[in-house]
Formats: sequence, structure tokens, C-alpha cells
Amino acid sequence: MTEDQATTSLAQHLRPFDAGAHVVAAAFLDEAPALALADGAVLIGEPDEQKRVEAHPDAATLVAVGDGKTFLTGGDDGRVVAVGADADPREIANAKGRWIDALAMRGRACAWSAGKQVSARDEAGSVRTWGAPSTVRGLAFQPKGYRLAATHYNGASLWFPKVEGPPQTLEWKGAHLDATFSPDGRFLVTSMQENALHGWRLADSRNMRMTGYPGKTRSLSWSHDGAWLATSGADAVVVWPFKDKDGPMGKAPRECGVREARVTKVAFHPRALVVAIGYADGLALLCRLVDAAEILVRRPGGGPVSALAWNGSGARLLIGLETGEAGLLNLPG
Amino acid sequence: MIESREAEKIPVTVLTGYLGAGKTTLLNRILSEPHGKRYAVVVNEFGEIGIDNELVIGADEEVFEMNNGCICCTVRGDLIRIIEGLMKRKGRFDAIIVETTGLADPAPVAQTFFVDEDVQKAARLDAVVTVADAKWLAARLRDAPEAKNQIAFADVIIINKTDLVTPAELREVEARIRAINPYASLHRATKCDVAIADVLERRAFDLDRILDIEPGFLVAEEHDHDHDHDHGHSHEHHGLKHYHDEDMQSVSVWLDGEVDPAKFMPWINRVTQEQGPNILRCKGIVAMKDDPRRFVFQGVHMMLDGDSQREWKSDEKRESKVVFIGRNLEEDEIRNGFLACAA
Repeated sequence: MTEDQATTSLAQHLRPFDAGAHVVAAAFLDEAPALALADGAVLIGEPDEQKRVEAHPDAATLVAVGDGKTFLTGGDDGRVVAVGADADPREIANAKGRWIDALAMRGRACAWSAGKQVSARDEAGSVRTWGAPSTVRGLAFQPKGYRLAATHYNGASLWFPKVEGPPQTLEWKGAHLDATFSPDGRFLVTSMQENALHGWRLADSRNMRMTGYPGKTRSLSWSHDGAWLATSGADAVVVWPFKDKDGPMGKAPRECGVREARVTKVAFHPRALVVAIGYADGLALLCRLVDAAEILVRRPGGGPVSALAWNGSGARLLIGLETGEAGLLNLPG
Repeated sequence: MIESREAEKIPVTVLTGYLGAGKTTLLNRILSEPHGKRYAVVVNEFGEIGIDNELVIGADEEVFEMNNGCICCTVRGDLIRIIEGLMKRKGRFDAIIVETTGLADPAPVAQTFFVDEDVQKAARLDAVVTVADAKWLAARLRDAPEAKNQIAFADVIIINKTDLVTPAELREVEARIRAINPYASLHRATKCDVAIADVLERRAFDLDRILDIEPGFLVAEEHDHDHDHDHGHSHEHHGLKHYHDEDMQSVSVWLDGEVDPAKFMPWINRVTQEQGPNILRCKGIVAMKDDPRRFVFQGVHMMLDGDSQREWKSDEKRESKVVFIGRNLEEDEIRNGFLACAA
């Protein structure tokens, strides 16, 4: 593909700027672009009018998740902090002396892990905790009901914070990292240390393996209709089908965005079957699933893309890199 | 596997040693020296470190088995997570020191640096440093296989508390250590008062440095042991007591000349795969037929890292040597197998 032809490039609509530190995550807080940085700060606002919020002073932000209204950040200071468009940081929790390893949010409920301890905080602010068998590297709320998936060694546990008794364990040997539920709640997918994805169909706990990746797949994104899961970790985006009752079992994935560079971040458009893709060389593009057509968004340069986020309407895309560069794309028309 | 920005990777020193040998003393010494370097220290117990150090991280020594295609090995999962997290503080520290518990097996720590892509990009294993108690080591070697592993695995061994033993006892301890590990650099110490440069920035896993660290590596052994190896015997040789450990073996094979790469490469890969679980560490420098460059390799269990290095100098003899340290090694298979690779 010859990059930068008029019909195949949006690069001139990308407003580049410098975030100043490794971008851990990107989000829109209402309509304000926001970047959570590894140096503990959150940058909020349009590129020329950003406010810098010190969410974790003198510490590093290890994880961050955004949901369109709030950024939730976890630091190596043991604190969990929420920041909205008002740029006013609120401390949610303080696990003194520990690192925050994973976060999850759904509506006004949130959850965090510090080592083996998982905490869930409901909408009313009441907190329950549970001790996992090993350090929890990923958390996800089930789409319906107040239930949390937590990953650890040799599997994942499904925990109802308000119910007494041990969580249900889904077993599979190895170190499980990120966790995500399919939007219809039928499947749980985890990324593993061993360059593979694992999953379970929850109805019968049936195991699913999605293997063949040359690297770890740490970025996962569902399409708006829940039918597809886009994944990083290869030199193309590997997109798994989840529409029918067997999900990806027995099916070949689609690939798009094939280049000679590792895909590091993926983000499905909120309304269309288009994936935003970030690569290890700093390039970013959009790929349409139906025919794998590509549009360039950012030319290569800088380090790996480490953050991608669409705004609610899908008219804007925020990009952040490990090396601190960033860009805001406003789709024309 | 060899990254282009080797120089920028954060060096990691693994500090090991049986309980009470003096690891914490050494750690506190390193942190209080006025060297201007900032360390991130990974420990198993907070409160041991007496010096105020900005970056102290508690670890759980979570080991898990990883199956990545043809390689199956154990790694320190918590170290992978910790190094990933520390990279968010890149620029705020110069090196990492990982202190392991007294009963720890150093292999999973080392393997973590061979096997995880993200760790390999960010960090490099500098050396395994073992602190040994001069007075109690002999007893520990008898009753604790972990103590023996820690000695066998080390690049640097500090024989501490030398003030508690006589010179004769000290020589015995050194001979016992040499029986297990023929090439680690040994230092005698009281209260771990070794020079910091002997412990840090060793580049012991740098293929480039293997000969620099051990200039005598390629020298042929003074004699070949043709006689049967009893268990636990010792004998006099040139007036020095020469120990053979009863279960840890070190097998050195020297070849006066070159190997045929078409024979050697399949052989070294096969030996490390087949005997991997028994091989703690292996190292070698090999002259290859029709190749002006030295081939240098080193391995931990089944992991092998090798590369063609600089060219043999005109005044250097083109010869080859391999060393394997481990238990239950098929010694004849190693010895004859290597010699059969001769060009």
C-alpha cells in the first residue's frame, strides 16, 4: 500500500502533541480528551489547553481504564484515583505499600487488585474484598449483575462480591493476564503469558484456545455488536468471531492491517466495524473489517503505540505512545 | 534474540544465598555506598533493608511453568510483572537487584530473562551473586540441595564470615565450592566487605564477556579424569586437595581445534533439549570450521543463547571448550558427543 494517497490517508487530520511521558491509557471524559501518563499525571483537555492533574504525585501510574466519563488510575503508590472532566482527582482506595495491578469499572462500580487481594466497590461505595490464590493481573465486570472475573495463575475466578462462599473457578494451567467478557456475557476471554488467548464459554465452562500469536496479546477490543474480538500480538490484527453459540471454537479468525510491525493496541469503533490499530513502530491506521481496507492515521515514528481511544460518537480518536508522543484525530465530515 | 539496544537495558543482579549467609548485609552495603547509582530492590521481606531506599518492592516469588512451543520452563511470574511496572518509572533508577529467599532455586529467575519478550527488551541479567557462609557451607551442602544449586549457578561467590574459620578450613570450603562450580569468581569476605565492582556490573551473561571474565577458560585441564568417579571422593593432586562433589557434576571438554558447525549446532541443541532438566548452566567458546569468528554460547537448563562474536585474533589459538554443570549428567554422551563434532 502506498501510504499517504489522498483517499487512503487521514494523517493530515491528526493533531500531534507531546504528552511528555509514556502514555498508559487514553480516554474521553465526556468530550474532553484525556491521557493517563506513567509519571502519575492525567492530562485532560484539547491539545493546546490541557490541564495536568497529579493523580499519583511522585509515583508511577501502572494501570488506567476509562469509560467515557471517568478515568480510573492505579499506581505503584497503592492508590486508586478517579478523575472526571472536572479534573478533580478523588482517591478511591489506598492499599499502602502495594502496587495496583488491575482495575475494572462498570457504571459507578469499580474494582482493583493489589497483589492477591481483590476489592470491589459498589455504587453506594461499599467495599468487599477477596483473596485470590496468586497475584491478580486482570479484572472485568460481567456485563449484567454485580460479578467480577479475576485472573491469576492457572485460571480465573468468578466472584460475586455480595454473596458468601468461594468464587467459581475456571481452570487452565498457566499465567492469565487481562480479562474481558463478551458484551453478551456468554464468554470470558483472558490473555496469557504464553503468547495465547484463552477463553471459557460460561454456560458449560468449555475451554477455548486461541493460539498462534508470535507475541503476548495484551490489547483486546470488542466490536459494538459484540460479534467480533480484535486482538494485538501479531503483525496483523487477529479478529475472532463470537456471534454464534460456539463463539470462535472451530473457526478461523480474520486478519487485517497486515504490516511488518507488531500490533500493540486495537480499538473497535463504537458504531462501525472498523478497528483502530496501533503498531510497535508508532504507526496507526484504521481498518474496515468487511474488506480489510486501510486508512493511514499516523505515520511511523517514536515508540510503540500504547493507548488508543474513540470518543462516544466515533468522530474522534486519541492516540498515545510509549515515548510520550500523542495525537488527536478528528474525522472529517 | 540479541537486541540492538543492549547498552540501554537495565542490568539486573540476582542475589542469592542460604539463610544467614549475609545477603542482607551485602544489600545494605550496596545501598549505602556513595556510588551515585540508584537501585530498585526486589525483596521477599520488607524491613530487612536498613537503608532508606526509594524503590523497594516486595515480591512473592511466584513461580509458574511456561509452555512456549518447544520450550518448557519455570519462570518468576512476579518478576515479569515487577519489571513491567518498574519500566513505568524508567529513568528513575539505574539497576535492579533481586534478592531471593534462602531456599530459592536461581534457575527460574535466570530463565525469566531468557524467555519473556517484554523483560528481554527492557532488562538484562547481569550476574547471579551467591553469598556463602564459610563456617556452615559444608553442612548446608550436605543437607540442602538448594544451597548447592545456588553455588552451582553463581557467577560470583562471596565466601563470607571468613573470620569464623581457620585458613585450612577456608581452603577446604573453597575446594568444595570449586568442585561444584569451576568458573565463578570467588571472593573471601568478612561482613561481605567485597569491592562493589566485584559484585555489580559483571556482564556475566554477556556473550562478549565470557573470555574477559575468565581469561583461563580455554586452557585445557591439567589432566583428564580417566578413572571411575566414586561418589564423594577426594584425592591429592600436585599437593592440593581436589574434590569431586557427590552429586553436582561439572563436565569440561576441551577440543584442540575447530568443530564442524553442521555437527556441532544440532548436537548442542539436542543435548540442551534432552538433558536440559539436569543441566544447571553451560557455557562454551567454539572455533568453527571456515568461520573467522568465535562462537560463544551459554545456557540455563533448556534455554540456550549463542552467537558468533568477534573474529579470532591472529595470536589466539583456535580451540574449543564447553562446560556443563548439573546433576545426573550423561557425562560420556557430553564428552564423546562434543569430541565427535570436531571438524
